[in-house]
Amino acid sequence: MLTTTLARALAGVTLCTAVMLSLPAQAGKTLDTIKSRGQLVCGVNVALAGFSSADSEGKWSGMDVDYCKALAAAVLGDASKVKYVPLNAQQRFTALQSGEIDILSRNTTWTLTRDASLGANFVGMIYYDGQGFMVKKELKVASAKELDGATVCVQSGTTTEKNLTDFARANKLDIKPLVFEKNEAATGAYHSGRCEAYTTDASGLAAERTIAKNPDEHMILPEIISKEPLGPLVRRGDDEFFAISKWVLNALIEGEEYGLAQTNLDEKKTSDDPNIQRILGTAEDMGALLGLDKEWAYRALKATGNYGEIFERNVGKDSPLKLERGLNKLWNQGGIMYAPPIR
Amino acid sequence: MTFWRNQKIRGWIYQIAALLLVALCVAILADNTLENMRTRGIQSGFGFLSQPAGFDISESLFGFESTQPYWKAFLTGLGNTLKVALIGIILTTILGVLLGVGRFSQNILIRGLCLTYVEIFRNVPLLLQLLMWYLLLVEFLPTAREAEPFLGMFLTKAGLTLPWFGDMPVKAGFGIKGGINVSPEFLALLLGLVIYTASYIAEIVRSGIASVPRGQHEAAMALGLSRAQAMRLIQLPQALRVIIPPLTNQYLNLTKNSSLAVAVGYPELVSIANTSLNQTGRAVECIGVIMAVYLTLSLLTSLLMNAYNRRAAIKER
Repeated sequence: MLTTTLARALAGVTLCTAVMLSLPAQAGKTLDTIKSRGQLVCGVNVALAGFSSADSEGKWSGMDVDYCKALAAAVLGDASKVKYVPLNAQQRFTALQSGEIDILSRNTTWTLTRDASLGANFVGMIYYDGQGFMVKKELKVASAKELDGATVCVQSGTTTEKNLTDFARANKLDIKPLVFEKNEAATGAYHSGRCEAYTTDASGLAAERTIAKNPDEHMILPEIISKEPLGPLVRRGDDEFFAISKWVLNALIEGEEYGLAQTNLDEKKTSDDPNIQRILGTAEDMGALLGLDKEWAYRALKATGNYGEIFERNVGKDSPLKLERGLNKLWNQGGIMYAPPIR
Repeated sequence: MTFWRNQKIRGWIYQIAALLLVALCVAILADNTLENMRTRGIQSGFGFLSQPAGFDISESLFGFESTQPYWKAFLTGLGNTLKVALIGIILTTILGVLLGVGRFSQNILIRGLCLTYVEIFRNVPLLLQLLMWYLLLVEFLPTAREAEPFLGMFLTKAGLTLPWFGDMPVKAGFGIKGGINVSPEFLALLLGLVIYTASYIAEIVRSGIASVPRGQHEAAMALGLSRAQAMRLIQLPQALRVIIPPLTNQYLNLTKNSSLAVAVGYPELVSIANTSLNQTGRAVECIGVIMAVYLTLSLLTSLLMNAYNRRAAIKER
C-alpha cells in the first residue's frame, strides 16, 4: 500500500517534471532557425493536382510546392533544401501554430476569421480561385441554381461547407451537404451517384475532372459562388520572416512583369532597366533590407521560373489541368495579379 | 508521534499529495497552453458556441437550420451519435449472443459459420469495413430517378425511404420526397459497427458460457430439459456474471468507434465538431467538447451496466 502510493507519487513528479521541461520555448527568429537547420519546413497539401502532390519517387510538385522551392532558394541558396510536411485541412493551422512547420503553403483561403484568430499572417495571393460545382452531364443541369433538392458532396475542413450553405440560402435552394473527411471519399461518393454534384474550388474541380475515368461525362457549372484567394501563411510574431516570404512571392510576380524567365535570367543580368537591376541584385542591394543577400530574387526565379511559368507548368496550358489564367493574369494583362514594386 | 505511525493516516497523506500533484500538473498544462495561445495571437474561449453556425447538416433528429448557433449544431451531432450508438448496441447484442451461442450448436455447419464470421470480422479494421459497406450501398443501389417502389418503399442511393403514417414516398426532382428516410451513410455506419462489434461480443458470450461448469449442463439434461432450454435457463444466466463486464467495454467501444463516421459522411458529433473547429479555429475548445461528451457517455454506460451487473451477480445468502 505504502510503496505503491510512493511509487505513484514519484511517477506523478516525474511526469510533471517531464511536462515542465518540454514546455516550448519562444522560438528565436524563424530565419535563424531555418539557416541553422539548413532546411525549410513547408506544410503542403497531401494531394491536390497542380498545387501539391508527390510522384511515385516522392518528388513534390505544384504551385504551392514551387513557392516553397523559391523561398528555400532565396533563403538557403538551394531549392532542394525543403522538407515537405503533407497536411490535411484539419491539421494545417495547428501545425503552423505549434511550430512544426515554418510556413503553410497549402491552397488556403484568406478570410477575416483565419487572419484574425489563428495567430497567423497571410503572406499574399498565389492564386485567385472561387468555388464552383461539377455535375454529370446526364443530369441535364445547366446552372447551379437548378440544384434544388440535390445532395452535394463536399470535403470537410474548408471554407467550402459554409459557402455552399450561403449559396443555397441566398437562392432559396434546398441543398443537402454530404460532408466527408477525405477528398477521395467525397469524390468517390459523387462518382458513385450518391451525390448529384461535387463542390470545391474551381481549380480543384478541374483537377478532379482531369483524373476522372471519363472527363467528358462531367461538366463544371458556370457559377462561381465565392471568392477564394489562396495564399501561404506564416506564424505571427516574426515580422522579418513575414517580410521575406511576402517579397519572395512578389519577386516571382514582378519577375513575370519584367520578362525575367528561368532561361534568360543570366542575359538579363546585363540589362540597364533599373527595375530589373533591383530584382536581380545587379545594382542596389535590396536583399540587405530583408536580411538576405543581393541575389535572393535571382535565385528564387532561377529555381522555379517566374509566376507565369509556375502557373502554366503546374495548372495552365503545360499541365493536364489546362486551367485558364483568368483572374490570375497580371494586372497589365487583364487580370488582378499585382505585386507591390521591389524598390 | 503516533500520528505519523498510523498506517491509515499516512496512506491518506500520500493520496492527498498525489492528488495535489496531479492537479498542479493539469493547472500548469492549462496555464501554459493558454499563455502560449495568447502570445501567438490565437483567440480562445467558448463564446463562439452562441454564434450562428452557418452550415447545414445533412440529417438531424429534430431538424437543424444553418442560422442556429454552434451549440445546437453540436447537439445535433450528439443526437446522431446517440442514435447510431443506441440502435447499434441493441442490434449488436442480439447478433453477438446468437453467434456466441451458435458456437455450442450440435450442427457442425452452424458452428463453422459462426467461427468463420468471428474470425473474418474481428480481424479486418473497422474503417475498411465501414468504407466497404458504404461503397456497396452507394455503388449498387439504383439512383432515385431509376428506382421503382417496392411495397411503397424505396431503396436507392439516397437510402431507404419508408411510408410513414400514410405519407407515401414519391419520386420528385433529384430525390424522393415524403415518408421517412434512412440515409446510406447511417446504414453503412450501423452495419459496420454492428457486424464488427458482434464478432467481439460473440467471443465474450462463448467464453462466458464455457466458464459455466459442465455439470450444470449435464444436470439440466438429467432434469429432462431440452438443449435450448438448458442454454436459456441454466447456462446463459450463470454465464452473465462473466459476460457483463467485458460486454460493457464493447458498448463503450461501439459508441467511441462511431466517431469514424466522418469517413462515410455521417454527421455525428466528431464530424460536426471538426467542421466547427475549421470554421472558428477554436481547436482546443472543440476537441475539449468531444472529449467531455465521450467521457460522459462512457461513464453513463458504465454506471448503467454496473447496476445491471450487480443485479445479475449471484447473491450469497
